[in-house]
Amino acid sequence: MGDAEIIPIGTRGRPGRGTGSTQPSSAARGLSAKPPATKAPAKKAAVKKAAVKKAAAKKAPPPKRTAAQPDPVAERAPVTAVDRVPAGGIPVSDWQAALRGAATEVFGDQWEPQLARFLAFLRRRLTGAFEVDEYGFDPEVTERFLMATLRPIAEKWFRVEVRGVENIPTEGGALVVSNHSGTIPVDGLMTMVSIHDATGRFLRPLGADLVFRLPFVSTMARRSGATLACNEDAERMLRGGELVGVWPEGFKGIGKPYSQRYKLQRFGRGGFVSAALRAGVPIVPLSVVGAEEIYPLVGNVPSLARLLGLPYIPITPFFPLLGPLGLVPLPSKWLLEFGEPIRTDEFDQGAADDPMLVFNVTDQVRETIQQTLYSLLMQRESVFR
Amino acid sequence: MGSAGRVVLVTGVSRDLGRRFARAVAAEPGVARVIGVDAVPPRGDIGDVSFVRADIRNPVIAKVIVKEDVDTVVHMSVIATPGSAGGRNTMKELNVIGTMQLLAACQKAPGLRSLVVKSSTTIYGASSRDPAMFTEAMEPRRAPRAGYAKDLAEVEGYVRGFARRRPDVRVTTIRAANVIGPHVVSPLTAYLRLPVVPTVLGFDPRLQLLHEQDLVDVLRHAATTEAAGTFNVAGDGVLTLSQVLRRLGRASVALPSFAVGGVGSALRSARVTDLSPELLALITYGRGVDTTRMRRELGFEPAFSTAAAVADFAEPLTPTGGRAERVLARVAAGLPEPDGGVVHG
Repeated sequence: MGDAEIIPIGTRGRPGRGTGSTQPSSAARGLSAKPPATKAPAKKAAVKKAAVKKAAAKKAPPPKRTAAQPDPVAERAPVTAVDRVPAGGIPVSDWQAALRGAATEVFGDQWEPQLARFLAFLRRRLTGAFEVDEYGFDPEVTERFLMATLRPIAEKWFRVEVRGVENIPTEGGALVVSNHSGTIPVDGLMTMVSIHDATGRFLRPLGADLVFRLPFVSTMARRSGATLACNEDAERMLRGGELVGVWPEGFKGIGKPYSQRYKLQRFGRGGFVSAALRAGVPIVPLSVVGAEEIYPLVGNVPSLARLLGLPYIPITPFFPLLGPLGLVPLPSKWLLEFGEPIRTDEFDQGAADDPMLVFNVTDQVRETIQQTLYSLLMQRESVFR
Repeated sequence: MGSAGRVVLVTGVSRDLGRRFARAVAAEPGVARVIGVDAVPPRGDIGDVSFVRADIRNPVIAKVIVKEDVDTVVHMSVIATPGSAGGRNTMKELNVIGTMQLLAACQKAPGLRSLVVKSSTTIYGASSRDPAMFTEAMEPRRAPRAGYAKDLAEVEGYVRGFARRRPDVRVTTIRAANVIGPHVVSPLTAYLRLPVVPTVLGFDPRLQLLHEQDLVDVLRHAATTEAAGTFNVAGDGVLTLSQVLRRLGRASVALPSFAVGGVGSALRSARVTDLSPELLALITYGRGVDTTRMRRELGFEPAFSTAAAVADFAEPLTPTGGRAERVLARVAAGLPEPDGGVVHG
């Protein structure tokens, strides 16, 4: 009971709740005054102990009031919770300096215009204020992201070596015809980046309709300049003066077993030749060596492929055995050789409607690519070097 | 036709575009009278146009054509959605039977000189096997089996048949791209006006659009020039759907294609918009049309490109998205102007 009296905080040693009034409340008065009066007669043995306690209690408060209590009030301001946030202690100028340092680190000394340019790019993307051509080709995103991603793969992983760059026309329409291999059309991507780095021109690939049926793939394909491999689009692009890429073997070439590597498949129906004949643009044969070895196709699951509507489900020595790791292409050494252009502007008007002529030109292109493949294979030291 | 000028009959004037076209053609110098025909009266002001309440599905229309000595018929009442007509069957009847009756009436009208039919590029469909740009000579990759596209194919078939039977009549078919503009009420504009626009995950279709003013102008042009044939009419350039939505400042959510269909039927039952199969195909695969013939043979030049039409459509819309852009704009305001002067539209 007596303990209540020695709690000094807020009441300055007096009983009560510390309302600030000098007079304790009646309840408090009752607490402090009555117990001694009522308890004393009741228990005689307890009286002495209580008296000792009381004496100690009554003597103790005064020193506390004078020495301990006033000190905290005078020396320290009340502590607030905000001050304890660690970042609150770092001044704004430090933050600015750190950000500036980071910007200099990322963008170099000229960070302000660099950052402004980067922001302008980001805003252009976010507001949709960029332009695409009628095929949906977005040169900005192709150059900044696709090419920037593919370039290290072409240079460091596949060590692509390009020959015969001088055979690619620097301007005007032309049709690049290439062999197709590698289970996944990586060869198309590598050709795109190699041609862009060698000539500064964008290769406009013609893709199968499967490409435009798949989500994400179709969007990426259109953005990077591809369009459907049909006569209308091929001819339109060639007439528009674009450098068009075509892989006439299609899925027959890309999905052929490893045992048939570097054996050209049938070249479609020669539609690409008639498109080039109609537009009067040269055909540039391209032979790609190295793509066959990136995913050696040793098996297929035709029933599952049919179920999913895909041309094949590849089984390679590493896929699906190693799971996602099996998707890493083997680092084969690539050789790209552009052959001499086959001119088509010398043929007369109705040439595109002459099936015999179209077949002959198709065979000529096919033979050129096949022969170049053999000679490149002879020159290659090994698959990986 | 006499010295007084031409008499033009316009079908489908109860709808906004039909009414606006009728008023515009009435203001042409060579035109003496314009008669607007529809089953329901137009809601707005039709100015000098005299309105005849007649259903083109019944033979009364033949009497109107003969009695008024009409020499030019502009057929604009091929409707895209069953919404206003009340059911797919009514829509089909209105589109196909209506056109048949109108053409039958035209065939019996000796004074008729020209027929202009407003068709749509929807007739080409939209699929993964489409060429990038459709020319007038191309057919859809898959023949449409139902809906608006099938109606259009049938309507154009009857129009071609009419052209064979009446070689003295100049027949012009205008295949207009999807029309967009501040006043247009169509499935596409209702879709783009949604506060949060559902898009198909993984697809970013190319869209080519036509401004409402250009549609009125091209029909007026077609009614008064000598060019005949079928013409694609669309604004210059294409925009991807994501670009359109960003330029409109719309928030969008990408859903797998089957879910977009579900959202579509929910919106249809809520009577917000009609996400028809044709529109669903358009927002998945997109479509572009070649407009060389429009320039060379029809001699028409649209005033709005696709981008300008979208900008005009965006004017009265309140943006619901674009927060990230506003943050970036604030950051960029504190930085110097980027040099290099990148030109962008």
